[in-house]
Amino acid sequence: MKDKPILRYNANERTNHWLVAILFIMAALSGLALFHPALFWLSHLFGGGPWTRILHPFMGVLMFVFFFFLVLRFWRANFFIANDRLWLKRIDRVMRNEEEGVPPIGKYNPGQKLLFWTLLLCMLILLLSGIVIWRAWFSQYFDIGAIRLATLLHALAAFVLVLSIIVHIYAGIWIKGSVGAMLHGWVSRAWAKKHHELWYRDVTREDPPDSQISKKG
Amino acid sequence: MASQDIIARSATTTAPPSIRQQEEVAKLIDTTKCIGCKACQVACSEWNELRDEVGHSYGTYDNPHDLGAETWTLMRFTEHENADGNLEWLIRKDGCMHCADPGCLKACPSPGAIIKHANGIVDFNQDHCIGCGYCITGCPFNIPRISQKDHKAYKCTLCSDRVAVGLEPACVKTCPTGAIVFGSKEDMKEHAAERIVDLKSRGFDNAGLYDPDGVGGTHVMYVLHHADQPKLYAGLPDQPVISPLVGLWKGVSKPLALLAMGAAVLAGFFHYVRIGPNRVEEDEHPSTPDTSVHVVDPAVHVYDPHKPGGQGEERP
Amino acid sequence: MTNHWTDIANANLILVMGGNAAEAHPCGFKWVTEAKAHNKARLIVVDPRFTRTASVADYYAPIRTGTDIAFMGGLINYLLSNDKIQHEYVHNYTDVSFIVKAGFTFEDGLFSGYDADKRSYTDKSGWSYEIGEDGFAKVDPTLQDPRCVFQLMKQHYSRYTPELASQVCGMPVDSMRKIWEEIATCSQPGKTMTILYALGWTQHSIGSQIIRSAAMVQLLLGNVGMPGGGVNALRGHSNIQGLTDLGLLSNLLPGYLTLPSDAEQDYNAFIAKRASKPLRPGQLSYWQNYGKFHVSLMKAWYGANATAENNWGYDYLPKLDIPGYDVLKMFDMMAKEQVNGYFCQGFNPIAALPDKNRVTAALSKLKWLVVMDPLATETSEFWRNAGPFNDVDSANVQTEVIRLPTTCFAEEDGSLVNSSRWLQWHWKGAEGPGQARTDVWIMSALFLRLRERYQKEGGAWAESILKLNWPYKTAHEPTPEEIAKEFNGYAVADVTDASGATIKAGQQLGAFAQLKDDGSTASGCWIFCGSWTEQGNQMARRDNADPFGMKQNLGWAWAWPANRRILYNRASADVQGKPWSPEKRLVWWNGKAWGGTDVPDFKADVPPEAGMNPFIMNPEGVARFFALDKMAEGPFPEHYEPFETPIGVNPMHPNNKKAISNPAGRVFDSVWDTLGQAKDFPYAATTYRLTEHFHFWTKHCPINAITQPEQFVEIGEVLAKEKGIAAGDRVRVSSKRGHIEAVAVVTKRIRPLQVNNQTVHQIGIPLHWGFTGVTRHGYLTNTLVPFLGDGNTQTPESKSFLVNVEKI
Repeated sequence: MKDKPILRYNANERTNHWLVAILFIMAALSGLALFHPALFWLSHLFGGGPWTRILHPFMGVLMFVFFFFLVLRFWRANFFIANDRLWLKRIDRVMRNEEEGVPPIGKYNPGQKLLFWTLLLCMLILLLSGIVIWRAWFSQYFDIGAIRLATLLHALAAFVLVLSIIVHIYAGIWIKGSVGAMLHGWVSRAWAKKHHELWYRDVTREDPPDSQISKKG
Repeated sequence: MASQDIIARSATTTAPPSIRQQEEVAKLIDTTKCIGCKACQVACSEWNELRDEVGHSYGTYDNPHDLGAETWTLMRFTEHENADGNLEWLIRKDGCMHCADPGCLKACPSPGAIIKHANGIVDFNQDHCIGCGYCITGCPFNIPRISQKDHKAYKCTLCSDRVAVGLEPACVKTCPTGAIVFGSKEDMKEHAAERIVDLKSRGFDNAGLYDPDGVGGTHVMYVLHHADQPKLYAGLPDQPVISPLVGLWKGVSKPLALLAMGAAVLAGFFHYVRIGPNRVEEDEHPSTPDTSVHVVDPAVHVYDPHKPGGQGEERP
Repeated sequence: MTNHWTDIANANLILVMGGNAAEAHPCGFKWVTEAKAHNKARLIVVDPRFTRTASVADYYAPIRTGTDIAFMGGLINYLLSNDKIQHEYVHNYTDVSFIVKAGFTFEDGLFSGYDADKRSYTDKSGWSYEIGEDGFAKVDPTLQDPRCVFQLMKQHYSRYTPELASQVCGMPVDSMRKIWEEIATCSQPGKTMTILYALGWTQHSIGSQIIRSAAMVQLLLGNVGMPGGGVNALRGHSNIQGLTDLGLLSNLLPGYLTLPSDAEQDYNAFIAKRASKPLRPGQLSYWQNYGKFHVSLMKAWYGANATAENNWGYDYLPKLDIPGYDVLKMFDMMAKEQVNGYFCQGFNPIAALPDKNRVTAALSKLKWLVVMDPLATETSEFWRNAGPFNDVDSANVQTEVIRLPTTCFAEEDGSLVNSSRWLQWHWKGAEGPGQARTDVWIMSALFLRLRERYQKEGGAWAESILKLNWPYKTAHEPTPEEIAKEFNGYAVADVTDASGATIKAGQQLGAFAQLKDDGSTASGCWIFCGSWTEQGNQMARRDNADPFGMKQNLGWAWAWPANRRILYNRASADVQGKPWSPEKRLVWWNGKAWGGTDVPDFKADVPPEAGMNPFIMNPEGVARFFALDKMAEGPFPEHYEPFETPIGVNPMHPNNKKAISNPAGRVFDSVWDTLGQAKDFPYAATTYRLTEHFHFWTKHCPINAITQPEQFVEIGEVLAKEKGIAAGDRVRVSSKRGHIEAVAVVTKRIRPLQVNNQTVHQIGIPLHWGFTGVTRHGYLTNTLVPFLGDGNTQTPESKSFLVNVEKI
């Protein structure tokens, strides 16, 4: 039992994640194509400018929908707990791969949680502002001031989202074992204990879950 | 056909082909001479072969009701009672102003979909238009319209095809009262100055030329009886500028954002190079289920759901 | 127009009244903007509505529809009492000094000689000058004689005080005074005002008199015959001037010659009556040449068949049994089943004539109706039920309708006569579609068949047809060139003109002065003589050279008469023959002859000292303030209310019921019952055109339909608020004769007026929509208009009637 890996994500969760990931990549690449001339060439990935323009909002909406499923699934795990504050205070140690003085954390570390809520916020902004600037269907219902504001917000939210995802991806590359968790679902016990100790204890505890240390809220 | 007179090109960061030198042109619309006959609208439809729908009357003389992909110019009628209580019927031919600093071009993401010629004409190239509508967002005058048929953006071309071969725009050609004139921008300013003298002699003390600096001047200018209140003319912007929102969006934020994204990637890369990956050493792995949670740092906050208030407390 | 389009640029003041030049004549209106831009001219607009013209005016004042004579009468009074007249002009070039017969009176709104039962002036004997023993009219150059025209006029208009005029017109007194003062400045010899009017003056029961009142103002100011002056009718169709020139009216022949009446069986008496002898010594009285014009016309029509022996075919001409068969009369007769068949050539009567339901009923009585038109007109489908827009019971219409598609003007060569009297040649722009044929082709085919039947079967008055000259190369389709040359005229035999030059038989004539009454010349329309000479087609000229900078452009096309651009232009020079002002030089005496920037409207070799006066068509040689017996309702214009008056009383004659509306207006007996009262229909309505459309034609054109797609009516903000009507609401507008429904345009441009101490609201009703075409279908506006009109021209009163308005 002791060496048995732990299932971090089941098949549905993994599928959902990767759907969101793929849609994000597409929405981001198409969005970036429209964002900066230097990246307009990306529009060729989607069949040219008009197709980029046509597809981008659909990809975005679809991404939001799937992301929303993820939110439904994981939102509880992303509430902050007591240890998270210290963890964040000691983020420099985390960045240096040091573990000394870094408190144990739950299924998600506070960075991931911040990411989670940032993503949710960005996606909401993107969705709402995206509707306002969706020329083919909705823009005629909004005045030009609203459209301009929405355009700016859309770009800002997308920027934050992209930055966040860059961090997210790098974290996956950096923290060995996490990509695997999302690919096949399993993590080693050592990995779990090292990175998400409280979660590790949670899932390895044989007792009913009346442990002293639990998620906050 | 290759052009050599393009001095600005949308979504293009290098110099466009701009070797050819041209005098700046301008269309001057004298609202004080305009009788609102809509001949310009008709000439525009005829020359550009546009046919909007037969719409409805909305209780005004403005028909079609708004600019559209098939209506590039439109007379807008405003009834205004002046300070003396006298009625004025202000009639303004609305359409693209051909800004020196065009907001549409600034906003456009598609390389070459919007160009500015050396003579000042801002032209849309629908071949390159992707239909995103950013030009509408960028335009301080709310002019471009996306066609619901082909999802391309359209607006007045200042008859760039006619001007290119030495003709005046179709609306100018047809205007029966000479309210629309066309020529070099300098000549048009001179003509406007004469008109303003005449208008002042008729009691329009605030007569003036509308060539707003906020967009670097325009290549369609108005003579207004009330140049101090452009808004009277169906909401002509008093001081048009590219919206700061658009400026932010398409200005500094564009390179900065790109830089930031690049920096983030690089930061990750160097973090990896310098700090390296965070691996789990399998021998660290505890041989027994570790339940000794008590050896954690004393600073760790714990939470006791049974404590009143449900708040965490400092671990002793 | 006494003057012409480009000449408007010479004006110092432009009065647009009874018209909306910017709206209906935008191309001609450019000369108004030219005058403003380069002549510092001021533009005044007087109209019930603040129009597109008003939008560029220096001054606008509202007026109640149909009250223009009160405004002009007040202005005449103002000019006379403030001595703002061009004295030398008025004294020498008008009839002010002429003594009027003692029998002429004006009492309580009626002139002498009125027969109330016949509703007309049956005894006009008093409406004339005292004739002296020498056979000439008596004059008093001191203007002191109480019976001289000056004194009578002064007395007549003294009643038109500013206050009373304002009570009639609804124009505030200060606005009125301001305009009058501005107009009065044009009595200076160097300043001219031009008056531009259109159907806003003609389409009243007093339309002709409104225009006369304007002419009187211009004469007082010395502005007739002057550059930038005149009284200028802006015609409503591009070739409606040509229509009247060619006499397409039931009582006229081409060139304003007249048809004889039944009583005129004697040819010589017919000519003598029209060839007026001078009424003053030394005057030209150009109509003395009437016989030459008439005989030349008959030679053009009947060729060799018109001979001295048969009085040049006098018996071939029909003789009128009544004054005329105008369209109102024809449709009245049609309704009484006195007309069986009707040819509608380029005419859409159910849309264009008043009281659409009456017209439809009349058409339904016909056995057959032929419609010749390029478009599918409402008239050609008058029998079709088009829902609420034409709610007829098709089963009850037995009329056989035959539609003959014609080409339109752009699909044939020919000439158009514009308001400036310019004959401008135009060239075909495209072939007509489908089976369309030219009007000439259709009419020729009709003629040839008629002639064949008369030849075979004979019939009443067969000679009128059989003797006609038909010299065209292709009998079934005379070319426009052949017809134009015939109108100009040619020598039938060798003739010698006044200069001694010989014109060989068959050659084109050069001018109407060459016409003869001995059968040696032929001319289909004497006033067009000179338009196609031996030098070729003068109408096709396009030389816009302007050597004197006076905008006369004598090389552009050709103007009747004699390429003369401004009528009565001798009056632009003083008695000595010098221009009144260097800026206004037009023609002058150079010591040997008259000449200048225009073709003199005068006998070129008569020196000023000979005393010949400028108005050479009048036997008296001067212009008339006193219209003699020429008008149906009196020698001086007098204000009468529209037949449907919103105030029910004529404030000028509050106690005479006979003088409320025009006592000599054209009203058929059956029409009285169709007139509404202000208590049921409280609002004064007026109809008009919009710049986006042309009549009932352009609703068939997509672009016009786009620019003005749907029928609307204009309602002032105040009334709209009272009625709870917002812009864009649908409203029903009804008169005693029917109703229409349309979108409401609620506007500040129509304001309530204070008239006769009450508030009068006016409703504006554009007329372009119908139940055919590509616009959104609508009602024919003339459903609302009463079937009555002016007693002189028979023009319907489309500009003044009563309606009610309700929100639907």
